[in-house]
Amino acid sequence: MSPDPADPQDTARRLSPARRLDVDRLLDDPGTRIVVCCGSGGVGKTTTAAALGLRAAERGRKVVVLTIDPARRLAQSMGIDSLDNVPRRVKGIEDQAAGAARGDAAEGAGEGRTGGELHAMMLDMKRTFDEVVEAHADPERAATILANPFYQSLSAGFAGTQEYMAMEKLGQLRAKDEWDLIVVDTPPSRSALDFLDAPKRLGSFLDGRLIRLLTAPAKLGGRAGMAFLNVGMSMMTGTLGKLLGGQLLKDVQTFVAAMDTTFGGFRTRADATYKLLQAPGTAFLVVAAPERDALREAAYFVERLAAERMPLVGLVLNRVHGSGAGRLSAERALAAAENLEDPRIVDQGDGKAGLRNSPDTEGSSRTAASEGAAGDPVSEDGSPTHPEHTVDRLAAGLLRLHAERMQLLSREQRTRDRFTARHPEVAVVDVPALPGDVHDLAGLRDIGARLAAGATDMTGAAGATGTAERTDAS
Amino acid sequence: MSRLQVVSGKGGTGKTTVAAALALALATEGKRTLLVEVEGRQGIAQLFETEALPYEERKIAVAPGGGEVFALAIDPELALLDYLQMFYKLGGAGRALKKLGAIDFATTIAPGIRDVLLTGKACEAARRKEKSGRFVYDYVVMDAPPTGRITRFLNVNDEVAGLAKIGPIHNQAQAVMGVLKSPQTAVHLVTLLEEMPVQETADGIAELRAARLPVGRVVVNMVRPQVLDADDLELVRTVERSSVARSLATAGLGGARRGGNAEKLVGPLLEQAAEYAERHALEQEQRAVLGELGLPLHELPLLAEGMDLAGLYELATELRKQGLS
Repeated sequence: MSPDPADPQDTARRLSPARRLDVDRLLDDPGTRIVVCCGSGGVGKTTTAAALGLRAAERGRKVVVLTIDPARRLAQSMGIDSLDNVPRRVKGIEDQAAGAARGDAAEGAGEGRTGGELHAMMLDMKRTFDEVVEAHADPERAATILANPFYQSLSAGFAGTQEYMAMEKLGQLRAKDEWDLIVVDTPPSRSALDFLDAPKRLGSFLDGRLIRLLTAPAKLGGRAGMAFLNVGMSMMTGTLGKLLGGQLLKDVQTFVAAMDTTFGGFRTRADATYKLLQAPGTAFLVVAAPERDALREAAYFVERLAAERMPLVGLVLNRVHGSGAGRLSAERALAAAENLEDPRIVDQGDGKAGLRNSPDTEGSSRTAASEGAAGDPVSEDGSPTHPEHTVDRLAAGLLRLHAERMQLLSREQRTRDRFTARHPEVAVVDVPALPGDVHDLAGLRDIGARLAAGATDMTGAAGATGTAERTDAS
Repeated sequence: MSRLQVVSGKGGTGKTTVAAALALALATEGKRTLLVEVEGRQGIAQLFETEALPYEERKIAVAPGGGEVFALAIDPELALLDYLQMFYKLGGAGRALKKLGAIDFATTIAPGIRDVLLTGKACEAARRKEKSGRFVYDYVVMDAPPTGRITRFLNVNDEVAGLAKIGPIHNQAQAVMGVLKSPQTAVHLVTLLEEMPVQETADGIAELRAARLPVGRVVVNMVRPQVLDADDLELVRTVERSSVARSLATAGLGGARRGGNAEKLVGPLLEQAAEYAERHALEQEQRAVLGELGLPLHELPLLAEGMDLAGLYELATELRKQGLS
């Protein structure tokens, strides 16, 4: 590859937003125990989570990656395409020695740590819900609950089950303490932070008056002093019955009655998970692409995380485009392409060789070219083309392609400027766009390297706040 | 032409944009369409550059030829209260239920009730008639949940009809299924020419078909223009760098000699062409996969200036040209 002629000014402009996020420092810090990747759908959350997990493992940590809904080929490459709801060790992790031999990023890992491991799993939300029930109810009661039709619907897909179960699984993995780093992918939620809201929502539902109302008739039944209350209750349940249909209401009541003793457990777990997310040792990464909608969602995430006092360490900006020829503007590239496509210029004879070595003074060649012969009626297509004509045509295409790239770059820049203006405090790491999809470990490794390389200009002071605080505390 | 047009697609494929463009396209020539949002993201308001939409059908755009586009952001909680009022005159009881957390329960926790309300409201709008007997809306276009959830979302009434075996909810659920599983409905899927969205589209179609929901068309969004053709791509691999440098010099980009400005551009430009070639090959592969789905395929161009209101009209024109409306 030729030396990169990128304009230093252009590079500086692209580096300007906010602070740079140092991914390796985050992954290497033993204080980092949980990394949560969140962001809107289609921005590469799962891939980012997997790439971070792999990189951390190859840098010596014992990592588990919890994915929600990975692309099939990515799941296959990690050996987690079967749903059994337990982490599986991923084969093909390169240890430090191999890393050093490969000569890639080995210096960072060279701190005497060895024996990194990567485990990965795909969430089975129904199975996870069943496990929670089994953990909190005696076997007989658990069986009643698991067989209840209302429970079966609830566990398979109420709005938020997936989110709640992802957080539940995270709590379980953390409690096992078998891994020193857990990387979590979050579900592609309807609204951005459902995974934060769902445990609370479920908790408040289970604690709520409605539940007491539904269970009340059974509990209060017959007690004289409660007669008045009972009338109110039965009127209410009557209304619900009218709406839901008697059978459904009965299913709900049976479910609620059976769950009664396990509610406390649910609530406690939801609270514990929420606190775990706020704890030092947890790091939130917001993942986005440099597109308007994705960055708007990212800004919303940033604001919500702050409001919930969740430790945000930075923004991963995937699929950022660059150009080795950033100096050549879209406008100039297009003008030049038109020069080449103008038949009066394209169909010049060989005799104009001088032109083809025009000096570096801009504009002069154009003048010279326009004076060229207008003649030679070689048809544009069909007839055998002049070699120079062919190359000119290609060059024009290359210039048009470049113009398109530069337009994309400036659009991406405008979009991210808008985000940065709103949130200058958020550290950012760019991940350059790849032409194709990632579906093997080599691809993930490459993304990991790109994630880390995004922070080469990092100064100590620019460390992510969360990480820095944690390091100081430990 | 189905009266209820459901638009789904993987996250990031631009399904809201396509839904909005379709609503505009269907509104041309004096027609009236309703664009329905169900996920509370206010994507429609952002697209049409208006303030956040309330739970109310309001006109947001005029289509060429005098047609009108109305929009509605369905709020499940209000839809439920609406529904209680409409069918049971339960206004007061509704407020009591709300206090108890029952409304919260029904719209966020209870399996499917939320989705029942959303699909129910859209079906109601699609069937609503004026006194004259004319339909209020010629078409209802729904910006639906993503491909991964669409079958479940649309099919939820089946499940609810099974759970609530009798009663008004059962009846309502069955009525909605009657619309959704008939030719009155068409479910379109938006994708990009990338592996994951295409895979998800294929999976989504299989699921929709298994649930006997009517699959409409596949819309490939944000298709990049072809800049280099097959001959160019062939030449990229074999061309002499010096001759490209000479061409660039001819075009006025500086010297072609080693170290000259034009010569320095050759490497980066050829690299961009190689990336283009790789992506192009992947796109062709994905086009072939989509071709095997046996559905009408439509392509919408990537707008160079990014998505804005003008772009939306451009896409609507394109959809009309391709016979989607």
